[in-house]
Amino acid sequence: MSICIEKLDFSYGSHRVLKDISVDVADGTLVNVLGPNGTGKSTLFRCILGLNKNYQGTIIVNGKDIRKLSIRERAKEMAYIPQSHKPVYDYAVLDVVLMSASASSGMLFTPKQAHVDRAYEALDRVGIAHLAERPYTQISGGEQQLVLVARALAQNASTLIMDEPTSALDYGNTVRVLTCVRQLAEEGLTIIQSTHQPDQAFLYSDKTLVIHEGEVLAYGTPKETITEELISRIYGVNVEVNSLYDDKVRVCVPLSEVARKS
Amino acid sequence: MAKISGKNAPVRRKRTANLILLGLGILVIVLAILSFLVGRYPISPDKVVAMLADHVIPIDPFWTDQEETIFFNVRLPRVVMAMLVGCCLSSAGAAYQGTFQNPLVSPDILGASQGAAFGAAVAILLGFASFGISAMAFGFAIITVLLVIAVAQAARGNQVLTVVLAGVMVSSLFSAGVSFTKLIADPADQLPAITYWLMGSLTSAKPADVFMAFPPMFIGLVVLFVLRWKINILTMGDDEASTMGVNTKLLRMIIILAATLVTAASVAVTGMIGWVGLVIPHLSRMLIGSDYRKLMPASMLMGASFLLLVDDVSRLATTAEIPIGILTAFIGAPFFLYLITREGRKRR
Repeated sequence: MSICIEKLDFSYGSHRVLKDISVDVADGTLVNVLGPNGTGKSTLFRCILGLNKNYQGTIIVNGKDIRKLSIRERAKEMAYIPQSHKPVYDYAVLDVVLMSASASSGMLFTPKQAHVDRAYEALDRVGIAHLAERPYTQISGGEQQLVLVARALAQNASTLIMDEPTSALDYGNTVRVLTCVRQLAEEGLTIIQSTHQPDQAFLYSDKTLVIHEGEVLAYGTPKETITEELISRIYGVNVEVNSLYDDKVRVCVPLSEVARKS
Repeated sequence: MAKISGKNAPVRRKRTANLILLGLGILVIVLAILSFLVGRYPISPDKVVAMLADHVIPIDPFWTDQEETIFFNVRLPRVVMAMLVGCCLSSAGAAYQGTFQNPLVSPDILGASQGAAFGAAVAILLGFASFGISAMAFGFAIITVLLVIAVAQAARGNQVLTVVLAGVMVSSLFSAGVSFTKLIADPADQLPAITYWLMGSLTSAKPADVFMAFPPMFIGLVVLFVLRWKINILTMGDDEASTMGVNTKLLRMIIILAATLVTAASVAVTGMIGWVGLVIPHLSRMLIGSDYRKLMPASMLMGASFLLLVDDVSRLATTAEIPIGILTAFIGAPFFLYLITREGRKRR
């Protein structure tokens, strides 16, 4: 088991955000976490990443209790891919990716040629090696997100945690980033990402974890978990789940629109 | 093929940056030599070289005793101090701007200057000599920042925000303290001494000041130089930096302490010289980019050059020297205004 969460409970003050969460994620699985805003997805990620420490229960990543790992040891097990954001200062793309080298080094370290090579490999793997010398702020949002993916890859961790990687991206960039993520999962990385789109979960996940009001509502393959009842329950919207191409793909369509167009 | 040329690009970028750094280094040396020569009593270059060489191989003096006194007791310490202080304030400014992820932060953001000013003012009131004033200024600068850190640790929430807020508050507290010392100071001699100290000046730099300030400056500068790459990662925010294996709290504290050490040592011997620490890191960023591996040495070199230049101006412009703190503000403040209007245009 790559990630093993058992009886996880977390509160901000008196507000209990995560309630008794138990989830197992096998190696090389792409998990989409689905749930409305404020339901605890980001808090769950923060707990897994070791950014929230005062949780109850255990989180085991690659057989190691993350509570017992140092900051650097944690960074070797998993990498975090935040939403692309505008940094305060402008760095070359290569320098952004190079930052990952701190995971494998001490306080007084500066990157060597070997780290530059690894950064290039990572950029190449997500298909944007040609952007290495461009300023990070002058590339598109989708490219920025891919740079952050490359940085996570260069960190050499086997688990990637992505918090709504595509929420700020246009359709083309969304597809490009998610295709890349899917490819990485097939190459053996364990990836957990949150999303707002049930359709994305159908297309780009091996398993879907549904969190509602801090609890696990469902966990399984997207086809098992994402049902009309579930969408109605967590989002308060009535949808029809339709299957396409002999059930290779499924999509959600809001019922109100189906009624209007018939 | 494209990949190969791509691989050469960082080498090319590195080479350009190194050339810029070399240029800045040469500029410092040229300005330093120039600064030895100019002033109310010009000393010719051959005498400067001979006087310096005299300490290694004895040379028959062809210079006057007066020239020797001016050179070793006034000009040399002053030039060395200008370089050191410029270097310290600029690198501290660059370090703070990185750790607080805010380009408009200067070295006294955590109250080091106000603390030093209060310490110096109290020392002047107590009638201390120049060494005592510097020591009190240095001590109070350090105490102020430690106080700020303690307050920030006790407060909840975002570390960047709490540290800066605590800095502003503690700073205004000590600023009120300075006003109070001025109120009760003897207007005949103490008040002008306090006022003059607050303006910041290199005029009174003595060899003893250089020897006193050098150890803390050296330690702080080495720490800032060694950790410079890690500052890049801190600028991405604590959560991201932490998931990349950086102990953000520890790293930030070390950088704050090192930057405080060099700021306190500078302020203690020269008084308050504002704006250098804000403006120079910005100029360096425009010249060499944001990567702290290059930005930190560039800031150090440019800071040294800038203060040498401003000090030469202050020496030459008028017969009664303008304190350098005033001149840096004359240059710094308009530049700051230009910067914030530029930032405003970028956002739109």
